Amino acid sequence: MSRTIALREIKGRSRGYWLGLGGLALLAGSAVAATFYIEHNGLHVTGMNNQIAWGMPHVISIFLILAGAGAFNVAAFSAVFGRTVHAPLARLSGLLAAALLFGGLSVVMLDLGGPQRLLVAMSNFNFKSTLASNILRYIGFLIAVTAFLWTLMEPRMNRYSRGAGVVAMLLGLSVSTGIGLVFGFLVAREAYDSAVMAPMFVAMSSSFGLAVFILVLAGACSWTGRPLGGFIVGRLRNLLGIFAAVVLYFTTVQHLAGLYATEHHGVERFILMEGGVHTFLFWAGQVMVGGILPLFLVYSPSARKSRRALLAAAAMVIIGGLSQLYVIIIGGQAYPLVLFPGMEVSSSFFDGAVNPYTPTLPETVLSLGGAAIAFLIVAVAMKFLRFLPETLADAALDPHYRPPSED
Amino acid sequence: MIRSGIILVFLAVFLAGPPASSAEQGGVPFPVLAKAQGEKCVAPAEDMRRNHGDYLLHQRDETARLGIRGGKYSLKKCIECHASPDAEAAGAATVRPFCAACHDYAAVSINCFECHTPKASGGNPKP
Amino acid sequence: MNGQPMDKVRRKVLACAAATAGLVLAPGVTLLAAQGADSKKRWGLLIDASKCAKDCEVCVVACRDENGWSGHQRPATDPQWIRKVNLRDPATGFTWSLPVMCQHCTSPPCVDVCPTGASFKRADGIVLVDKHICIGCRYCMMACPYKGRSFVHEKITNQKPYAPRGMGTVESCTMCVHRIDAGGVPACVEACASQGGGAIISGDLNDPSGDIAREAAKYGVGRIRSDLGLEPGVLYRGAPL
Repeated sequence: MSRTIALREIKGRSRGYWLGLGGLALLAGSAVAATFYIEHNGLHVTGMNNQIAWGMPHVISIFLILAGAGAFNVAAFSAVFGRTVHAPLARLSGLLAAALLFGGLSVVMLDLGGPQRLLVAMSNFNFKSTLASNILRYIGFLIAVTAFLWTLMEPRMNRYSRGAGVVAMLLGLSVSTGIGLVFGFLVAREAYDSAVMAPMFVAMSSSFGLAVFILVLAGACSWTGRPLGGFIVGRLRNLLGIFAAVVLYFTTVQHLAGLYATEHHGVERFILMEGGVHTFLFWAGQVMVGGILPLFLVYSPSARKSRRALLAAAAMVIIGGLSQLYVIIIGGQAYPLVLFPGMEVSSSFFDGAVNPYTPTLPETVLSLGGAAIAFLIVAVAMKFLRFLPETLADAALDPHYRPPSED
Repeated sequence: MIRSGIILVFLAVFLAGPPASSAEQGGVPFPVLAKAQGEKCVAPAEDMRRNHGDYLLHQRDETARLGIRGGKYSLKKCIECHASPDAEAAGAATVRPFCAACHDYAAVSINCFECHTPKASGGNPKP
Repeated sequence: MNGQPMDKVRRKVLACAAATAGLVLAPGVTLLAAQGADSKKRWGLLIDASKCAKDCEVCVVACRDENGWSGHQRPATDPQWIRKVNLRDPATGFTWSLPVMCQHCTSPPCVDVCPTGASFKRADGIVLVDKHICIGCRYCMMACPYKGRSFVHEKITNQKPYAPRGMGTVESCTMCVHRIDAGGVPACVEACASQGGGAIISGDLNDPSGDIAREAAKYGVGRIRSDLGLEPGVLYRGAPL
């Protein structure tokens, strides 16, 4: 690698670009409309109720926030850990991290019972609440990533990029940990109340963030005609494999522990066997599509060379991640609270009953709108600022590159 | 030439627009407050006009969080005196016309009555 | 100030500081003497499940009428501040019936997790939602082990003047705090005494000569999910805890 790789704005003038932008803007606008509809009529127009208080909007927003924190890993590799091979990707990684986090944040803010209460939320803090301290972590992470991007883009600040990268990386870790503890601190629910939530969510964030990064990078390079070499693809492939494997590891540990403790047999039986949609999403979505298949696609000799296999693996990790969050968030609420251990319970307030959940259109549109906002930010930023490397071809990146022989 | 014409039209519409307060020319009617019950309010009108927001906010925290009831600026007491027949409540006496008269004019939205009933109950809750 | 020696300046500053401190603290002294929630009291309930008939819903109806939380015929989203829970021991077939509501814990998880501090415990132990700062995030609903909280999913009109409630906030049993502050008893207690089995009594848990303390000492009581260590203010007798 003899020359540094330049970064250049994308032209952003093609029909595909404008159509894509228009589609995303339409989705984002629909999400705002959905918010007004829900706020005016009350949350009863959604599928969320007194039994399932957190639904699809929380699944999507937590996915986006986790992916945002994890997407910063690529920048951390070069800025913090000195792997200069990843340096050209640092800006895109930072941009994606901030955009995904912002998108997730907007969904969770718009889903509140009273979003007009945002001012109230910002001026009254109960710091013992993980949710309250998380808001500070999100804002801190956004500021740190923005500052990091500035140190990369302003030549006079380049020497501070390592420090800024360390701060942003640590804040990203605290964001993922904090979200894990939002659930981990809930003693009430059988499916939560476990310290393993924190490291598991850190692993999930790395995995989801890298998967989104891979797809965005591949899409951006392909649609702007910038070469993406097999060398960097191979690096990203290996990383995805490691992260997906770690998530599978924590999932195994979590459920093994639950299966050992007789106290947790009820909820384990529910998730692993009798939970209907939750059982399906766990085995087919989280384990198979989100874990085993991507690992196969990443490590099997036949698929190692295929770029399409990596893209498929990344997409699968995302689907698996959404399934995992659905099982955790909604499955954890679907399983009834245990007030009287060992007793059969029934009441007019659905005590003792497994709670169904059917998302409605307004909350689904609201959730997807957050993702649209995130990608809108990325698409617009790439057009006006230099986030995308001109080339990621092997000739430019691979330190051991040898041009193919002429025969 | 065209650009200056557009600017002129823009200025004409917005500078010569409807005057502020006259109801006859289609603006928001100047507040006319209904007569309240009792001789006078718990504080002079000038004081209340400016500070009732602060008083109510302070009182609500004392009542809701500390359980101190029946304070000088209790919302229920305001409603009892200032309620008047409300067409929106089928003629029942509510405090909405009184509050809305000034708040609509000043375009300061309040959300007290999303939770608190504006109706005068005409009595204390049974112990 | 410039011409005076340092000592005089120092004395003036100290005098000003003392006066300011006094002015700042003085209102606090009067506040302590004012009425309001008394931290020496701990309001609670004692429920004797053996006096609860299976089909009796008098406490639920009374609470609903008192606080005005009637539903919209949408059971999944309608609020329920109190409900009758029917239990059956699968091993023996024995059944119980008892009312469950917000347990007014000593260490309420809902208070710990509320991001704005809207969910709070009053000085006398009653756990309430300050709806002025509730942002409707529903985290307290996730955290409550007793399913005590309901979210208001629809617009509300005709609230009771002593029980304000609105869309987009979370609510739960207030132990009829408006009645207690006026020296009375909660609506469910009154209704059960007059129309039900007399299963619920209320009182000051801190009062050793009070009804609850005497009955608890005589008969032995427990709390739902006492293993969680939350120390609810609602005690139960005759239930499989």
